[in-house]
Amino acid sequence: MTTDRPTAPVPDQEDHVDDPQPDRERPVRRATDSEPDHAFGAPPAVRARGVSKTFGSRRSQVTALSEVDLTVAAGEFVALIGPSGCGKSTLMRLIADLEAPTSGSLEVFGKPAARARADQDYGIAFQQAGLLPWRTVAANIALPLELHRAPRAERKQRVAELVELVGLGDFAKSRPDQLSGGMQQRVAIARSLAERPRLLLMDEPFGALDEMTRERMQAELARISLETGAAVVFVTHSIPEAVFLADRVVVMSARPGRITDEIVTGIGRDVVRDEHLREDPAFFSKVTEVREALHAGPVSASGAHER
Amino acid sequence: MTTTRTRPAPGRPATASPAATERIGRVVAPVVVGVIGLAGWQFLVSVVEVSPYLLPGPQEIGSELNDNFAAVREAFWITGANAAIGLLFGTVVGIVLAGLAAWARVVDGMLAFVVASLAVVPIVALAPVLNSMYGADSEYGRRAIAAIAAFVPVYVNTVRGLRQTTPQHRDLMHSYSASGWQTFSSLTLPSAAPHVITGIRVASSLAVISALVAEYFGGPRGGLGSFISTSAATSAYALAWAYVVAAIVLGLVAYVVTVLIERLVQWRLPTGGRS
Amino acid sequence: MLRAAVLGVLGLLAVAGAWEGYKALAPEDGVVVGDNRVLPRTTDLAMPHVWDMLQRLGEPVSSLRGAAPLWQVVADAVLVSLKVAAAGWVAGTAIGLLLALLMARLRLAEWGLLPWIVLSQTVPLIAFAPMVRSWGSRIEIGGWEWPAWMSVALIASYLAFFPVAVGALRGLQSTDRVHTELMHSYDAGWWATMRRVRLPAAVPHLLPALRLGAAGAVVGTVVAEVSIVYPDGIGRMLVTFAGQASGDPEKAWAPIFGAIVLGLVAGGFIALLGLLLRTYRRGEAP
Repeated sequence: MTTDRPTAPVPDQEDHVDDPQPDRERPVRRATDSEPDHAFGAPPAVRARGVSKTFGSRRSQVTALSEVDLTVAAGEFVALIGPSGCGKSTLMRLIADLEAPTSGSLEVFGKPAARARADQDYGIAFQQAGLLPWRTVAANIALPLELHRAPRAERKQRVAELVELVGLGDFAKSRPDQLSGGMQQRVAIARSLAERPRLLLMDEPFGALDEMTRERMQAELARISLETGAAVVFVTHSIPEAVFLADRVVVMSARPGRITDEIVTGIGRDVVRDEHLREDPAFFSKVTEVREALHAGPVSASGAHER
Repeated sequence: MTTTRTRPAPGRPATASPAATERIGRVVAPVVVGVIGLAGWQFLVSVVEVSPYLLPGPQEIGSELNDNFAAVREAFWITGANAAIGLLFGTVVGIVLAGLAAWARVVDGMLAFVVASLAVVPIVALAPVLNSMYGADSEYGRRAIAAIAAFVPVYVNTVRGLRQTTPQHRDLMHSYSASGWQTFSSLTLPSAAPHVITGIRVASSLAVISALVAEYFGGPRGGLGSFISTSAATSAYALAWAYVVAAIVLGLVAYVVTVLIERLVQWRLPTGGRS
Repeated sequence: MLRAAVLGVLGLLAVAGAWEGYKALAPEDGVVVGDNRVLPRTTDLAMPHVWDMLQRLGEPVSSLRGAAPLWQVVADAVLVSLKVAAAGWVAGTAIGLLLALLMARLRLAEWGLLPWIVLSQTVPLIAFAPMVRSWGSRIEIGGWEWPAWMSVALIASYLAFFPVAVGALRGLQSTDRVHTELMHSYDAGWWATMRRVRLPAAVPHLLPALRLGAAGAVVGTVVAEVSIVYPDGIGRMLVTFAGQASGDPEKAWAPIFGAIVLGLVAGGFIALLGLLLRTYRRGEAP
């Protein structure tokens, strides 16, 4: 089932091997499809197989996710996009071991999600920054380091690095209520990077920000993810954001939550993510592609799109 | 490689239909605790044979209650009336002063320290002098204590309630060119009402306790507190506990009545008061 | 800040003014409605002038030779009561916090105990103050006898512990979900989460609860001193001096001022705590 390819992910040679006419209907990903490339021998950052999640008692159940298969290679930036109720946040929370799947298997770096959490293999950023109001910016970033008993000198140095990385050098001693929403999110992102995780989980972190701040933060995040080389699972409901940031956009739909399409952005790591990219015609056409995939909705067994 | 896990996520019990378990547990658990307490008490009295002097058993207290029922009931109504009248006066003064405070910030500033002090100071310390001010045969000394005790939460909650109107609501009324009275009756009053009722609920318990405790400090004979202290002084402990039971019932009645009124108001005016 | 102080003083003056105003304007027998004297008598015997009360504080406490000034006697009594109340508050707060932690940890404990705790808050439990003394007087371990002040402190702690337990529990349960999930993602244990997130987040709920506990401890102390006939405290003095009011009405007010000071010290202490913990109160509604 798994074909190891020695090179780093090459976006154009993706899984649509079975699809002869790319303009027409895309088949739903099947378990037998070949895996995306991953680095030589390294386990994928996330491997979900047939994952389902239902909430509620026997009488009133909500199926948040149904038979989801997803693989995120090490170092790959994957965006999850879809309407409300499609289960994208739930999927991310399952990866983070904040919930447990009802069925199916979920592995993070080849281990069960709970062990990956115990080993602190990932960093997480929520939609609300979730900063502790009584701690300074520096102390907030230092929180995971303190909890895992990093030596003080190392903590100080790492915090200083991170504060510079997110451009908040002058605000290290400020408290969250003195910062704007965008700045708070930058602190949250710095915090998620504190222990140099190989996987970043982000649940609509820019959702509460205005458009201009958002675009600026997206450029920052793209730069950071390039520098650290971490895999990223990024939940969003903004199409341009998904295409701008990700190597691969995973389109989901609701009722029940499932993956309906995967679109490779093909932008490539060597292209600088900035305003010029946003004005590139190729960018627009990818955005259109994703939009159409979102509107097309789920594909039935016969291959016809359901509306 | 399938690892089907049903390990519970944070905060969720691993039992089936957790909502039902919680509902049952919330009712059963305190009942169990209460039964254990009662059983333990009876055990100490009958089996271990702790002296009834020290700790009367539930049965003795029950029999004393039975024998003296008329006297207990009369005392119940005396203390209850004191608490109720005190609550009434305290509520009226509290609402009036809160209205003044909301209307003029100077009044608010002046009252702030006084009210904050009243909240921490033992108001019952005034009981002896109030009894002499009103005359030793008057129940009004105790009622005054209850009134002062009730005033504080009613004032604090009413002031908070009167401040509840958001700037957006006020702008809306301004855009309608509403008069002061119209704004008050359609905006300020309904937003404040739940808070006032919450204040009265808190005040009712305080009024009962204060009325009772004031009786420890002298005044006319009569009332639950005065009988508790005289029974204890003559070492008739079972009788004293019988009066204590009546006091507990009084406290419960006051609480239940005001909670019901609070629910009623919240149902009619769901603008969200907080306790 | 200064404005608040000035207005506060004005408020006190207003209270004194209302006192004197009522005394001057109301009939000597008080305001009588039907059979009920609704407002008190205004004679100098029943309602001394404010300045007479204050003046009396400087004079000797009794006509015995070498008697100390009244204010000093009252101050001594206040100090005694303060120590006992403090002991009661510390004990009550400690037990309240431990109970709150237990109920936060074990939902079964919360379900079983919290209803009883809430119920008892509405009920005049202070009713059994006299009995505690009789229990205490019977306790003898080795050669050590249960001192009277401990009975007082016990009752004070009993009144302090209920509001603290309820308020602390509410505070511990008010933690932001984002923060607890964050700690879960860090694989932090129960105690680490408690220490770094739950307890700090509980402070805004804890402080009012501690204030209620302090007020409870003060009331408990005063009442217990009366019931138990504890001679050195302010409670007993309140009753004794009031008994002498027919001959010396101003004297009865001295221990009242003392009790007010006692309450204010307790409140001031909590305000100080609030100041020390102000980092954890950021974002609190004013």
